[in-house]
Amino acid sequence: MKAPRSLAIPYAVWVLIFTVVPLALVIGFAFSDTDGKITLENIFAMSDYMAVLFRSILFAIAATVICLVIAFPAAYIISRANAINRSTLVVLLMVPMWINFLLRTYAWMTLLEQNGVINRLLGLIDLGPYQLINNSGAVILGMVYNYLPFMILPLYSVMVKIDQSIIEAAQDLGSNKIRLVRKVLLPLSMPGISTGVIAVFVPSVSTFIISRMLGGGTNDLIGDIIEMQFSGNSYNPHLGSAMALVLMIIVLFMMSLFNQFGSEEDVQL
Amino acid sequence: MENTIISLRNAVVEYDGEQILKSISLDIIDKQFVTLLGPSGCGKTTTLRIIGGFAEMASGELFFNGVNIKNLPPHKRQVNTVFQKYALFPHLNIYENVAFGLRIQKLPEDEIKSRVEEMLELVNMRGYEKRSINSLSGGQQQRIAIARALVNRPKVLLLDEPLGALDLKLRKDMQIELKRMQRELEITFIYVTHDQEEALTMSDTVVVMRDGMIQQIGTPQDIYNEPKNAFVADFIGESNIIDGIMRRDFLVEFAGDEFECVDKGFAKDELVDVVIRPEDIKVVPQEQGRIVGVVENVVFKGVHYEITVDALGYKWIIQSTRSESVGSIIGMNVTPEDIHIMHKSEAE
Repeated sequence: MKAPRSLAIPYAVWVLIFTVVPLALVIGFAFSDTDGKITLENIFAMSDYMAVLFRSILFAIAATVICLVIAFPAAYIISRANAINRSTLVVLLMVPMWINFLLRTYAWMTLLEQNGVINRLLGLIDLGPYQLINNSGAVILGMVYNYLPFMILPLYSVMVKIDQSIIEAAQDLGSNKIRLVRKVLLPLSMPGISTGVIAVFVPSVSTFIISRMLGGGTNDLIGDIIEMQFSGNSYNPHLGSAMALVLMIIVLFMMSLFNQFGSEEDVQL
Repeated sequence: MENTIISLRNAVVEYDGEQILKSISLDIIDKQFVTLLGPSGCGKTTTLRIIGGFAEMASGELFFNGVNIKNLPPHKRQVNTVFQKYALFPHLNIYENVAFGLRIQKLPEDEIKSRVEEMLELVNMRGYEKRSINSLSGGQQQRIAIARALVNRPKVLLLDEPLGALDLKLRKDMQIELKRMQRELEITFIYVTHDQEEALTMSDTVVVMRDGMIQQIGTPQDIYNEPKNAFVADFIGESNIIDGIMRRDFLVEFAGDEFECVDKGFAKDELVDVVIRPEDIKVVPQEQGRIVGVVENVVFKGVHYEITVDALGYKWIIQSTRSESVGSIIGMNVTPEDIHIMHKSEAE
């Protein structure tokens, strides 16, 4: 039975108010100056921030790759566990997500600080203290920690549908573990990988909390710069909107590029 | 000369503290069609999975051409499996599914091509190379699964109820085709099924299993004509199994009478199972019958009628080409050769 179109009205209204209108406002701000005249100045001003933009993309790619490397085996193990263990593991994975995002990131601060938990423990065996916070590694760690479940869950939901006999068939036909992953698991997990990559990359590339708290102001990302344009001393919503717009276009471009690549091996399960 | 290709010694498999296989020993003769037959939960699939390398034994040994392979991972074994649910790769087309094992072996492209085509020819699936597996019917998928396994030229092909999901007509055709392939390729087939007719149709050797133990190993004729115990008799075709007492050699008492039989070597007055096939009972007029009963039910089965007769409380099943009217009293006779005497099986 076909659902009546009228059921889509609430969603359409929602999208209109909270997506279309704000997007139009962002575009409007980006291409105008404080006097309301149309200008490309804000876009050109972006060139001063190319290094930050580049760093943001690099950090986000690093975080996405690390998440994928951790999530793939983790999701596979969960998907092959028996039903009881499986739901336990999924819940364990979700539990940190029920805790406030800021609290989780604060927790990492207390762990990584100069006289934080890790350095103090290391001190007990006469090691350190090491500089664990306020560097790029800490920022990427924060991204991986916060967004890892977004990679595991879509991978898990695809992998759990792969019948055990398909894995056994691959082994039966001579696949060792590496070939099993390359020739069967990876291609069959492609839909989950593309969902997970988007779910990790997009929030990572635009985050500002993680870099502020764990990067210590030395590793500002594009998200931090945009945020400053709206709340800081350098209040300039026109430049901020232009940055947000450029970032959005870059993300869209990268994602479509990735999907193009991914869809070649896309499969229906 | 008959060579043993696979030899299973005292195989025990446990799962959650329960014994799935209770010390099974089995020799598989090279180039034979061997069927593991039994009801679900009897351990037949577990036995197959041990040979394929997918189930672990708690104890026991597995020899392949005399070499112990119990610790060899599946991808190093010279056996291939046709899985119950086909297990074709959904991301590959038919050609690539069949070529999978050959690509793993990194064979040259032209050899892969000729061998895949040869296999598709064998299973009558030429012309489907580029099709996706989702576009195939169950029977066609099954053929591809068989081709994918056979293309690797295994010494032994393992088949786990491969025809279970097919309809009756298709199943009969595939039975004949599988037997033809096995003869043409001259390799060993180990076939798991719960369908006794399938087992009798295709096999050189049938292994009847129950509760993790082997009940009987023999040719289809042996298994049918000389079942070792009441379970085998009942599982392989329908049987009347009656409690009897062995009075002496060649004389057994059951159904309130003494009958001559061809069995001996039982203890005097030993309690035994008397097994009589429904088709071996002759319906005669009441006064000529050694056993007399009331017809309770008649069912037309195509080739014959299946008649249920109540005699002294036991419900006899008779297959007869003539119908009888329900409620009439009839006599039944059995010749001594058709009375099979068996020791009471311990499981009961």
